[in-house]
Amino acid sequence: MKNRRGFLAGLLAASAIPGLSWADAGSPAYLAAARQADGRFVMIGLGRDGQDIFTIPLPGRGHAACAHPTAPEAVAFARRPGTYALVIDCVSGEITAQMQAPEGRHFNGHGAYLSDGDTLCTPENDFINGRGVIGFWSRKKNYRRIGEQPTGGVGPHELRKLPDIDVLVVANGGILTHPDRGREKLNLDVMQPNLAYVDPDRGILELVELTPDLHQNSIRHMDIHADGTVAFAMQWQGDLSEVTPLLGLHKRGNSVKLLEAGFSRQMAMNGYAGSVSYNGTGDTVAITSPRGGQVHFYSRSGDYLGHWLRRDVCGLRDLGAGFLASDGNGALHKITPQSAKPLTVTPRAWDNHIVAI
Amino acid sequence: MHTQMLKILPFCFGLLAAPAAADINAVIDDHIIPNAAAFKHATAEMAVAAQMDCTPAGVKDAYHNAFDAWVRASHIRFGPVANNGEGMAIAFWPDKKGKIAKMIFRMIKHENPVVHDPVAFAKYSVAARGFFTLEQLLYVDKFSNYSADSYTCAFTRAITVDLARIADETHAGWVGGFDEILRTSGAEGNAVFLTEKEGPQALFTSLLGGLEYIHRQQLGRPLNKLEHRRPKRAEAWRSNRSLRNIVISLKSLQEMAGILAGNQAWKTLESFKETIIYAKTLEDDVFSRIKEDSASFQIEYFLLLVDQTYDITNTELGAQMGVVAGFNALDGD
Repeated sequence: MKNRRGFLAGLLAASAIPGLSWADAGSPAYLAAARQADGRFVMIGLGRDGQDIFTIPLPGRGHAACAHPTAPEAVAFARRPGTYALVIDCVSGEITAQMQAPEGRHFNGHGAYLSDGDTLCTPENDFINGRGVIGFWSRKKNYRRIGEQPTGGVGPHELRKLPDIDVLVVANGGILTHPDRGREKLNLDVMQPNLAYVDPDRGILELVELTPDLHQNSIRHMDIHADGTVAFAMQWQGDLSEVTPLLGLHKRGNSVKLLEAGFSRQMAMNGYAGSVSYNGTGDTVAITSPRGGQVHFYSRSGDYLGHWLRRDVCGLRDLGAGFLASDGNGALHKITPQSAKPLTVTPRAWDNHIVAI
Repeated sequence: MHTQMLKILPFCFGLLAAPAAADINAVIDDHIIPNAAAFKHATAEMAVAAQMDCTPAGVKDAYHNAFDAWVRASHIRFGPVANNGEGMAIAFWPDKKGKIAKMIFRMIKHENPVVHDPVAFAKYSVAARGFFTLEQLLYVDKFSNYSADSYTCAFTRAITVDLARIADETHAGWVGGFDEILRTSGAEGNAVFLTEKEGPQALFTSLLGGLEYIHRQQLGRPLNKLEHRRPKRAEAWRSNRSLRNIVISLKSLQEMAGILAGNQAWKTLESFKETIIYAKTLEDDVFSRIKEDSASFQIEYFLLLVDQTYDITNTELGAQMGVVAGFNALDGD
C-alpha cells in the first residue's frame, strides 16, 4: 500500500519535469484568473504588454493563483471556501498534483513559497477551532503536507513572504465563517483582525492590531515593499455610512500608518478595497475598489495622489513605474496617478487579482 | 483587416440585438438630459427664491421641487457627477454620526465666513452642503427660527447657490461632451467605454444601483431589525420626504427601464408597475409610524416588491441587454 502510493507520487512528480523555467512557458510576467465569454473559467499567463501567453482551463471559478518563483508551476486555489488546490504545469497545462485541505480546514485563495522554492505556505481557516493556520507543503514531496503554524488570528486571507528573509506576513481578516453556512460572517460584532508576522519554525513573532474603533476593518490583502514595508488593504464590515481608511502601511518595529483620501472620495470606495500594490519603482502604492469603481493612489510616504474611475476594477500589480489594472469588463489597463491607457480589451471577465511572477 | 472588422461589427450587432444601440440615445435624450436639465432649473429657481427670501417660509417650496428633481436624476452616478466627485455634496446621507448637525452648530457658532465665498464653499465639507444640510436649516426647530439678516440666512443662500452650481455643471457635463462619450461606447478612441457593451452596462448598473439604494438604504435603514425599528433612520424624515423620495425614484427608474426594455422585458416593467401601485397606497407618514405593526408590515412588503423588481430586472432585462451586474463588485473576496 505504502509502495503503491509512493509509486503514484513519483509518477506525478515526474511529469513536472525538473529544470524547466518560466522561459519555457513563454516568460509570462503575471498570472490572472478569468471567466471566458463562453462561461468557462481559466488561468492566463500574461506578458507585460497585457497579451495572453498561455491559457489553462480551470475546473471552476478561480481566485488568486500562486506562482513558483523559478519553475513554471502555478498553484490554483479553489474559490473560498475551497478545500482543494491544483498544481499546474504552465508549460504543458497539465495538473501535476492536487492538494487537499485537511479535514476541518479550507483554503482562502492565496499562498506563497519560502525562499527554498520548496515549501508552499497556505493560509487556512480551521473552522472547527475558529482560528487561522498556515499549512506547509513540500514541492519535492509532491506537495505533501509537512507541517503547520497558527496565524495568530481568525480568517486568514492573504499571506506573503518578507523580502530577503523567511518571515511570513498574514492578513488575519478576523471574520469567522463556516463552510456549512457558505460565506456568512458569524462574528462581525466581536471580530478582531490583525497583521501577523510568523516565522515558519518558531511561530508568531509580532501581531499588529488596529485601534478598537476599527475592529470591523477586515485586513485581507497586501503587497510588500522591497524595504519590508507591508501595504495592507482592508474591507469595512461596519455601517457604510462610517467612512474609514482602507489602506495601511506597516514596517516591523514601527507603528501603523493609515491612509485616507478626502471624505467624499474615500466614501466613494464603498468601504471596500479589493487589491493593493506598490508600483515597480516602489514610490507609489494603490488600492482598487470594484464596488466604488475606482483606484486610489498614494505616495510611498502616505500622501493622497489622486484617483482613476473604472467600473468593476479589481486586479492590480506593478508595471514599470505604473500599475497593471484588470476589471470585470475584460480590460487590462496601464495606469499611473496621472494617466490611464487600455492595453487589451477582451470579452472575458478578469477575476479579483493579478499575481506577479 | 482589423479596421474592417470594427466597421462591420456594429452592423452585425445592430441586426442581432436591435435595441442595444438605439436605446443609449433614447436614454440620454429622453431620460438623462431632461432630468439633468430639470435639476438645473429647479436648483436655479431655489437659489433665486433664497435670494428673495431666505427664511424657511420663502425657500421650502423651492426646496421640495429641487429635491424632487434631484431624486429623479440621482441614480445616474457615473459621468459628470462621479468625475467631479459631487454626489456626496448634493446629498450626504446616511449621516449615521450626525456630522451635519455638528457642522451646522459649529458654522453658526463661529459664523464661519466660508458661506460668503462661493468658490471656497464649493470645496468645503460635504456636511455643510447639499439637500440634507439645507433640510435641517429649514426644518429643525433649533435652526429654523432665523431671520432674514441672520448668519443662518446667508448659510441657506450659500447652500442653494452651491447646489445650483453643481446642477449646472452636471447638466453642462452631459450636454457638453459626456453624452457623446456614452453614445459612442466602444468607438475607437473612447477612453471611458471601451466596448460597445460598456455603455449599456453602465446604464444597467445605474438602474440596479437605484433599486439597491431603495432596498438597502431607504427601506433597509428604518426597518433595521424586527424588534428595533428606526423611524429616524428614514431618508429626509425631517421634511417628510421619506416615502416621496422613494416613489419619485421608482418612477424615474421605471421610465429608464422602459426605455432600455424597448417593447420587451415585460415582466420587469410589470414588477415596477406593481411596486409603484403599492407604494401609492401607503400613507405619507408610514415611516414615522414604522414601530407600529401595520406600518412595519407595509414597509416589509414594500421591501419585498422592490427586491422582486431587482431580481426580475437583473435576470430578464439583463439577459435581454446581454449585460450582467459587476463580476468582482458583487463577489466580494
